[in-house]
Amino acid sequence: MSDPLRGVIVTHAAVAQALLAAVAAITGVSDALVPVSNDGCDSGALTERLMRAIGGRPAVLFVDLPGGSCLTTSVRLAKGATDVAVVTGVNLAMLLDFVFHRELAPADAARRAADAGSKAIRTPAA
Amino acid sequence: MSIALYRIDDRLIHGQVVVGWGKPLNVGFIVLVDDTVWASPWEQDLYRMGVPPEIEVVFASTAEAAARLPEWERDPRVGILLAGDIETLAALSTNSHRVSRINVGGIHHRPGRSERLRYVYLSDAEAAKLKELAAQGVAVTAQDVPTAAPVPLKEFT
Repeated sequence: MSDPLRGVIVTHAAVAQALLAAVAAITGVSDALVPVSNDGCDSGALTERLMRAIGGRPAVLFVDLPGGSCLTTSVRLAKGATDVAVVTGVNLAMLLDFVFHRELAPADAARRAADAGSKAIRTPAA
Repeated sequence: MSIALYRIDDRLIHGQVVVGWGKPLNVGFIVLVDDTVWASPWEQDLYRMGVPPEIEVVFASTAEAAARLPEWERDPRVGILLAGDIETLAALSTNSHRVSRINVGGIHHRPGRSERLRYVYLSDAEAAKLKELAAQGVAVTAQDVPTAAPVPLKEFT
């Protein structure tokens, strides 16, 4: 059986660390996700951080914004790679779904997580 | 003059540019001067992803930028001109004689550079190049976001 997918949360400032802590607090799962901040990085330094976080395993990169240095670096890294997929607009709901579906192929896990994240965005009546 | 900001930022188009500066300046276009991005439609698509549709993104080579700068300055919209390194903006300044101020917005760590500010790392040669631009009459300051105070060149070189 192949290794379960690794999730890498790629964000500005300390958003990634906070999301990781929230996932661990809710699920008890603490080994599925790795946080990466772009603090102090140009694209070369951020690429190195991402490579270390991925660790040569199949992975999904969860990026905070649909643009900017976190995204451009992640997409460049994933370009041409069959075992790395990218999702933007990371939120807690998509990560909670992801940690329990790490047996999927990266592209399928990315689509599933994007769907779960989208469904969590609502405007409930007060 | 419609170019409100001539910025050096090795992250090129990213959140600080589009949101941090773009919103308060009500930016209508961003010129990205970068020979590598200019030669790659795939890279251009990548950078466009981070920009809302109401903001036009123009990709230019270093040589093209000097020729088109008067056109961008006449544009009634507010614009930001971005380059990823000192060399590119210095070349634009030298070739056009139209760059009067430069914002150092983000130059990050690489071997050979030392920390000058939290978001500015420079080699001695890069610091000397900025001083050379200042000696030519260009106002050079460092400022990552508009709510921060601009830092005079002498304080980070």
